[in-house]
Amino acid sequence: MIVLAFTLALVLIAAALAFAAWRRSPALLTDGFSDAKTQFIHLLPRLAIGVLGSGFLAHLLPKETILAWFGPNSGLLGTALASVAGALTPGGPVVGYAIGAASLKAGADLAQVMAYVTAWSLFTVNRMISWEIPSMPARVVLLRVAVSLPFPFLAAWVTALVR
Amino acid sequence: MPEEQPSGLPKLKRKPLDWGFLVVATLSFGSMLWVTLRDGFSVSQHILAEDVWLFLTILPKVALGCLIGSLIRLMIARETIEKYVGEGSGLKGLAIAALIGTLFPAGPFTIFPLAAVLMVSGADRGAAIAFVSAWLLLGINRAIIWEMPFFGTDFVLFRFLVSLPMPVLLGLLARASIFDDFVNRPPPGEGKA
Repeated sequence: MIVLAFTLALVLIAAALAFAAWRRSPALLTDGFSDAKTQFIHLLPRLAIGVLGSGFLAHLLPKETILAWFGPNSGLLGTALASVAGALTPGGPVVGYAIGAASLKAGADLAQVMAYVTAWSLFTVNRMISWEIPSMPARVVLLRVAVSLPFPFLAAWVTALVR
Repeated sequence: MPEEQPSGLPKLKRKPLDWGFLVVATLSFGSMLWVTLRDGFSVSQHILAEDVWLFLTILPKVALGCLIGSLIRLMIARETIEKYVGEGSGLKGLAIAALIGTLFPAGPFTIFPLAAVLMVSGADRGAAIAFVSAWLLLGINRAIIWEMPFFGTDFVLFRFLVSLPMPVLLGLLARASIFDDFVNRPPPGEGKA
């Protein structure tokens, strides 16, 4: 139900944007479509391979190990391990999501997966080195990391509370 | 207003070899092979069927995400963003920075240089950090295209709710005066204040 509503919302947003672009100039809309097509084609193989991998990976992940390290009783240590794993997972957008989803299927606790995805979003070392630090003042990057450090724990805690 | 042009900004670099993709491809095909060898062809086929079905169901959302991203990118000029976030003072500045970071569809090769430009054109470190954090945590484009396929809508919406206040909070925290010394001390060997 919620999925359907969400997809519908996406359709509406896309239609509204397309209309706005067309009103500004029909060429803009054409550009938009061709840009979107290029991006879509670029994404397809990556997404396909990621989805494929997450299914097989989930099947292979040792259930006992995942349960022991990241299961419902893994507590603060599990959150910490999940966060460190998130920071060390290499950058591209598929990697973290594929691994996170696979461990969720293999029995990892939702709170720990939340910590993992959050840490991966915020701290991926690989992305910081290749993109963030070369572009921005290093001290601002360090400050960002420092103030964000507690957040994966906070996210895991809120998840555990709500569930 | 900045007195000098931001000429010292790093040039856009070419995207380096897509290591993420290579890692995923190796993991995916490796695990497929392993499952097939260990558990037999029928298990492997069953998982493959599930994966293909999942992939097909997410395609429309991915396509829509691409279209929305492209249209926003084409319609909103970078200058507009610089103008709004560059004014970033007070709580409102943080909120605007966070909102734009959430909505603006772009990759890391655009976002980080843009954040650097914002700082040159008047945004404080709080606004820059709110902007970057919003893109990292709440970037809608990435959530639709990448996260939903793997985690489903419920997980993503829940994660969004939890993370929603964070960019503004992180920006506020980053503004705390105890960090003044740390950020303003010029790093050795570089003249950037």
